[in-house]
Amino acid sequence: MVKKIKKLFEKKQASLLQQIIFDMPINYYLFLTVTLFSIGVIGVLTRRNAIIVFMCIELMLNAVNLLLVAFSQMHQAAALAIQPIASNVGAEAQLFVFFIMVVAAAEVSVGLAIIVMMYRNIHSVDINFLNRLKH
Amino acid sequence: MAKFIYLVPLFPLIGFLINGLGRNYLSKTISGIIGTASVLASFVVSILIFLEVKVAGFSAVEVKLFDFINTAGIDIPFSFQVDQLSVLFLLIITGVGTLIHLYSTAYMHEEEPNDFARYFAYLNLFVFSMLLLVLGANYVIMFIGWEGVGLCSYLLIGFWFKNGDYNNAAKKAFVMNRIGDLGFLLAVFWIIGQFGSTSFAVIFPVASKVSPAILTGITLLMFVGAMGKSAQIPLYTWLPDAMAGPTPVSALIHAATMVTAGIYMIARSNILYTLAPTTQEVVAIIGLSTSILAATIALQQNDIKKVLAYSTVSQLGLMFLGLGVGAYVGAVFHVMTHAFFKALLFLGAGSVIHAMHHEQDMRNMGGLKKFLPITHLTFLIGCIAIAGIPPFSGFFSKDEILMAVYGHNKLFYFLATGSALLTAFYMFRMYALTFHGTFRGSHEQEHHLHESPSVMTIPLGVLALLAIVAGFIGIPELFAKESHWLEHYLHPIFAASFALQTAHETPASSEWMLMGTTTVLIIGIVLFAMSKFKKYTPSQEELTGLPKVLENKWYVDELYEIIINKPVRAIAKFFSSIFERYVVDGAVNGVGKLVQYSSRQLRWLQSGQVGSYILIMVVATIVFFIIQLLGK
Repeated sequence: MVKKIKKLFEKKQASLLQQIIFDMPINYYLFLTVTLFSIGVIGVLTRRNAIIVFMCIELMLNAVNLLLVAFSQMHQAAALAIQPIASNVGAEAQLFVFFIMVVAAAEVSVGLAIIVMMYRNIHSVDINFLNRLKH
Repeated sequence: MAKFIYLVPLFPLIGFLINGLGRNYLSKTISGIIGTASVLASFVVSILIFLEVKVAGFSAVEVKLFDFINTAGIDIPFSFQVDQLSVLFLLIITGVGTLIHLYSTAYMHEEEPNDFARYFAYLNLFVFSMLLLVLGANYVIMFIGWEGVGLCSYLLIGFWFKNGDYNNAAKKAFVMNRIGDLGFLLAVFWIIGQFGSTSFAVIFPVASKVSPAILTGITLLMFVGAMGKSAQIPLYTWLPDAMAGPTPVSALIHAATMVTAGIYMIARSNILYTLAPTTQEVVAIIGLSTSILAATIALQQNDIKKVLAYSTVSQLGLMFLGLGVGAYVGAVFHVMTHAFFKALLFLGAGSVIHAMHHEQDMRNMGGLKKFLPITHLTFLIGCIAIAGIPPFSGFFSKDEILMAVYGHNKLFYFLATGSALLTAFYMFRMYALTFHGTFRGSHEQEHHLHESPSVMTIPLGVLALLAIVAGFIGIPELFAKESHWLEHYLHPIFAASFALQTAHETPASSEWMLMGTTTVLIIGIVLFAMSKFKKYTPSQEELTGLPKVLENKWYVDELYEIIINKPVRAIAKFFSSIFERYVVDGAVNGVGKLVQYSSRQLRWLQSGQVGSYILIMVVATIVFFIIQLLGK
């Protein structure tokens, strides 16, 4: 697989890259996203720096995005195998993922703004200082 | 005229509403007039209806006013029964009721205006309920009246509610009546289940098709109701205590009308009882034993009203004995004559009590003959009537019952005659103690002795006249053919029962002999009682032996206290101090404590640490996933 990809970059054959992506079993994507998601969870749980926690949340979000796209592709391939006419069946998520990215970008800007405000008020970005909400 | 029957109970209802709602605004004169006039108006309407009903060949009319309960499968209209029996009772209730209302206007004159109006409101409500009871064309309407009179009895016994003893007497009467009412209510349910209707017109014709066992059950339950209302063993102890109420109330409710409701009910349901001989036997035995027991107690009572109360219980027992042996006409006849002479005696006693300034103990009376001439004369007439000396009314009605008992069971006859002799004895003991001898009260009382005003003596006079002549509507066939007017009048009501009964024809000669012997014995007893108590001087000695037991009413109240009240109180105490405190309170407080405790523990979860929140979230998510996986 790795050899194939190297060869691909050497020959700059886009269609082959496409072929490989199509051929790659879904399991690889699953392992990758689970790993990414777990890194995100562990980061959120263990780190106290608000910015790192925030990054980890983004990591989880993107892991899910990746999973979504991977499943979408698998779905489309399966549909094409049954009915070999060019169709968009299962391809919606490819588009949908862009919306998620846009929303995530908006969310990031809000989140960062909150962190900036937090820093201005308590001169720290340690989330454990923010425990006044319980009152 | 029968279609105007609704006017009869309507007038007292209006009187009740006016007096009850306006009791703070009406003067005593006005509320007295309203109270009396409303019953008088009913009496006038009753007479007009009676004139129509007494014509031979009149058949019963059912006047439907409106639908009361009308659901799937059961139809109970609010309708009135106009027939010979109900109209006879209408006359007794409204007639005696009018006289007693009139009497009350003078007897109660010491009351405040609002209490005075309250009294007449209760009295009118009572008359209304009683009229509903006798007019109802089905058992449900009868039951409404039945409950209404019980309520009014309670209200009037406890009329002077500032006295705790009177309140207890009122409660006792109410509770004992409730026990009986439960029996009646169950009987009504059973009737609905069995016949699908409660109307007399539907039930009675088909009664003979029902098995005697079911009829026995229904009639026994009804009789339990009658026991409570008409003060029979074992539910009689409330009636003597009910004397706590004003004396006219005792005359109207606890002598003339309400306590005869049980007799009315059985007379009304006569066909059911005739078809259930077992119940009839029970009715006869209970009636007889009540009659004797109450008569013995009355021998040693010193309170003038208590003597009359036990005498009422005894006479009611005699009426039930009559019903039990199938002498329905005799029982109804005795209800009527008893209403006259017992109301007369109570009102006479009221006049005495009025003159004596609320003194009721006969040991402190005596020699009142010269102070209260009219009361004395009318009281004597009442005593002669109840003792059963011919030709006063009590003789005819008592004799009719006794003759029927003789035909049924000789032993019962002798016991009932014994009870009649006791009656003669204690009545004349009371008469002699009250009116003869020397005055034994205080000088102050003697100074104030006076004859009652004419408003009180007129009713006494009218009732005395009735007590003398009322017997002539039921002269035994023995004296002259076709002379028993009442029997012919009531014949349509009891025709079905009489057709089923086997006639016990007593030979005329033995009937003459029994009647003569009884009369001679009664006169002898009367003379004996008069001579014994004419020169009565109160002795300081404690009574011993049987007289003491009798004075303490056979200790029946004490017996009830031990076998019923004590266990009930013990159970109540257990529930209030153990069960209530530890189980009920424990459960309620336990729930509260559990919530408080668990919330105090759960509070620690909200630490404010974002990390711990997320950890819990993640762990929870993982747990859910595991559950999801295991679930598959």
